[in-house]
Amino acid sequence: MEGSAIKISGKQKSAFLNKVKELLPDGGNLSACLTCGMCASGCPATGMFDMDPRKFLRMAALGLDDEILKTPWVWACTMCQRCIYVCPMKIDVPQLIYNARASWPRDERPKGIRGSCDAAAKVDSGSAMGLTGEMFTDTVVELLEEVQEEQEGFDKLQAPIDKKGAHFFVNQNSREPQMEEDEMVPLWKIFHTAGVDWTYGSRGWAAENYCMFLADDEAWEKNVRLKSDMVKELGCKVWLNTE
Amino acid sequence: MNSDWNKDLKIKFTLQDPCQLVRKTFGDEAAEDMRYVTKKIVGEENFIDMTPNKSNNYCCGGGGGFLQSGLKEQRRQYGKVKHDQIMATGASYVIAPCHNCHSQIHDLSDHFEGGYHVVHFWTLICLSMGILGENERGHLGPDLEEFGLD
Repeated sequence: MEGSAIKISGKQKSAFLNKVKELLPDGGNLSACLTCGMCASGCPATGMFDMDPRKFLRMAALGLDDEILKTPWVWACTMCQRCIYVCPMKIDVPQLIYNARASWPRDERPKGIRGSCDAAAKVDSGSAMGLTGEMFTDTVVELLEEVQEEQEGFDKLQAPIDKKGAHFFVNQNSREPQMEEDEMVPLWKIFHTAGVDWTYGSRGWAAENYCMFLADDEAWEKNVRLKSDMVKELGCKVWLNTE
Repeated sequence: MNSDWNKDLKIKFTLQDPCQLVRKTFGDEAAEDMRYVTKKIVGEENFIDMTPNKSNNYCCGGGGGFLQSGLKEQRRQYGKVKHDQIMATGASYVIAPCHNCHSQIHDLSDHFEGGYHVVHFWTLICLSMGILGENERGHLGPDLEEFGLD
């Protein structure tokens, strides 16, 4: 798992280094990294693409912008933050990764993540699978009727959509309505049995947001606002996101 | 809601701490809440924790967009850490309270032939209350596929 030596040659850049500085604790002193390796030793992505969190940080500190801004490792790091958790200086490596992702030309970022973000931007639901509010509503209404008719004790089961003033606004991952709709029913049953006051939204119901993973701030915010606007419109007190 | 259903079956469960929910947002308190629920519905003696766990848990490799990144080989290599953690528990079910974790761990079990199943909390809560319908068992193994149905 030993990586190759870091070679410094040519003119050093400083743009990314400065961004790194702003993110480090105590005024961004780059010497905050003790090079202890706690981050790298506990990172499941260590060794992939000849990279690890410590190496990434050190290369940033050395001003090797070209190298760290083009390594595909930024897409193998899940930004899980375990490196911060174990770091004695609490250095935010995942923020570096996020900013490195954002520096990639948009059309060169992974097609799958980009496609999911773009699909969500085209519909009123925020669904990465492109499911509209109408499709979701139809699925829920039809499935609910089926359960009410066929399952004993659940003739009064509810799956409210756009219920104004409901306490909980509940998001649903697109995977269920799209691929395994019956998986939604147990959640409805639990709410029903516990007497929970909840609702879905006909718009902004989708839980996922791939624009965040794409490091596309603008699209990320648009996706979140679509959902938060729906929560506000309905006057719900708590927004429950199942993801 | 109780664990009587599993008193004789003694099916073993472990729990994935989603990074987003635990380490990155609510901390160990949320992890403790999930363990409280897990123990209530499967029985304390049938819950086996992974090591390490809670805020110190390893990411499964499904997060951050990894599932959609096209880096399948790296994603599975990353997930091998999680797979080994799960195998060490000996549990036949993993409760994954996050959709990314759920998809990734499902794929890990298939790919590395771990034989463990991946379930949502909602499935087990309804199962323990005897209200899980027959169409709502897509993620259960053969041992529970028909359990509790008339």
